[in-house]
Amino acid sequence: MGLLAIRSVVRAKYGDNVTTDSITSSKYVTSTKPEELAKIALRDYDPAFLQKLSGGGCIVAGKNFGGGSAREWAPVALKAANVNVILAEFFARIFYRNAINVGLPLIECRGISAGVNEGDELEIDLVNGKIENLNSGKAHQGIPIPEFLLDIISSDGLIPYLKNISKPPPDTGP
Amino acid sequence: MGMTITEKIFARASGRESVRAGDIIDANIDLALMQEITTPSIYRGLKEVGAGIWDVERVVVVIDHFSPPSATWKADNVKETNQFVKDCGIKYFYPHRGIMHVVLPETGHIRPGELIVGVESHTVTHGAFGAVAIGIGATEMVYVLAKGTLWFRVPETILVRIDGKFNSSIFGKDIMLSILKELGVDGATYKALEFAGTAIGELTIDGRITLANMSVEAGAKNGIIEPDDKMTDYVREKSRMPFTVVRSDDDAKYSQTLHIDASQLTPLVACPHSPDNVKPISEVEGIHVDQAFLGTCTNGRMEDLRIAAKILKGRTIPKDTRFLIFPGSVEIYQNAIKEGIIDTFLEAGAILCNSSCGPCGGGHMGVLGDGEVCISSGSRNFRGRMGSPSAQIYLGSAATVAASAASGEMTDPRKFLGE
Repeated sequence: MGLLAIRSVVRAKYGDNVTTDSITSSKYVTSTKPEELAKIALRDYDPAFLQKLSGGGCIVAGKNFGGGSAREWAPVALKAANVNVILAEFFARIFYRNAINVGLPLIECRGISAGVNEGDELEIDLVNGKIENLNSGKAHQGIPIPEFLLDIISSDGLIPYLKNISKPPPDTGP
Repeated sequence: MGMTITEKIFARASGRESVRAGDIIDANIDLALMQEITTPSIYRGLKEVGAGIWDVERVVVVIDHFSPPSATWKADNVKETNQFVKDCGIKYFYPHRGIMHVVLPETGHIRPGELIVGVESHTVTHGAFGAVAIGIGATEMVYVLAKGTLWFRVPETILVRIDGKFNSSIFGKDIMLSILKELGVDGATYKALEFAGTAIGELTIDGRITLANMSVEAGAKNGIIEPDDKMTDYVREKSRMPFTVVRSDDDAKYSQTLHIDASQLTPLVACPHSPDNVKPISEVEGIHVDQAFLGTCTNGRMEDLRIAAKILKGRTIPKDTRFLIFPGSVEIYQNAIKEGIIDTFLEAGAILCNSSCGPCGGGHMGVLGDGEVCISSGSRNFRGRMGSPSAQIYLGSAATVAASAASGEMTDPRKFLGE
């Protein structure tokens, strides 16, 4: 269950209502391959985003992250742009499900925006929804992800999860 | 304790006597809606997990966003969608016939009491017919196609009571914008919006559809309206399939009740860059309009075209304003031709486009340049959505769009329609 405990540095911090239009603007989409979508991630909203995430890390956002269009490109692009977890006050509902389904972990945590700064290193326990700020020493309690969704995240998304559960049980012989 | 209409539909779909807000359930899907942006990736996912489609009778596919395609990868998507339809034996396929959320009610696919999911945030539109209709992502649709079920958290419901008599220059759009002003873009996140009240009965079918359509703009999981006779007559005219009308119990529990007095409403616009940045049109009157856009799953229906034609009849659109019109479906387009509406538009100087999503999502067919101003009958005005990030998008009713097109500047439709 190594995937469910993450150490990550806050590389980008955003306000409320970042829409999926801002994350993956359809006017910039030229291919739906993850590596191509990554190149357009947050292009107008934060032109420095790709550089900030070049070494990997997490995004911390305000309320209603990922609102608007149902486009799954948004979490796909962020994941391919080296985002390993997103923390927000709360997420728009389709984005929340889409992120889990493409294997991008995310936690809703009231007060997280005020509690962390860019550059802070966080220890994130997805099972219990706990976030520890290693720089400030403060801990934050987010909403734990239900267990059946953690199974999808540990499988790296819904498609690999479906493949795993469709496999016949190992043949144990007579 | 009683249940809301949304809870009742979830209870039936999950095979339970009752459910409560907060319950996590697995529910049987009555109808699954797909379009060409995501169908190729869904098809690849389906092949990868080695699954077939659980029930082709319950799947509808459209081509409406990339119609026609403006780039090679979009043409590839259309081609792969055609292939999916052939390979999987899809029976209900509407390529280039208009916008999914306009075409499907017209063709009798949408019925009260059903649980509908679609790879499209505006799937919520179909709640206007008393169904629970929910937008999902592409990967989830792989699961739905393979299993015929999906997990849901039963949502709390916000009751929106709309009472009072609205005047003839007020439309579903103005009512919904007044609701968005109250709720904000996150005010209904994860929740159901149930629209009720005496004004609903007065609204046309098209007007009700606008309410449900923009529920997602408040973050809602679904928007829903109890069907009345006007609605069930409409559905029976379109569909021969049986359906069950579901209504909320008198003692159903709501997390919040919002009251809207329709008699107090004046024409409203959502100002840049958020659908909840709502102001009376009087506050923005006189701003030059570079592009007026009539169409979309929000307001591209017959009622919208008729009111726009009434305003434009005998007028000429200023030469520095372009007015784009996308009738929501081919059926609407043909009816508009028969009624002489299309001639009125062409004589006024409008650009008539095909039945499709058009530039709403910013892909093509009328994008905005730096600093340009657009008045749109659509549902979203996020920064950069229709082109340049410095463009300014306003949202209003079809009447407000047409009045602004006729004047070349933001205009109160009452100038043409009276009170």
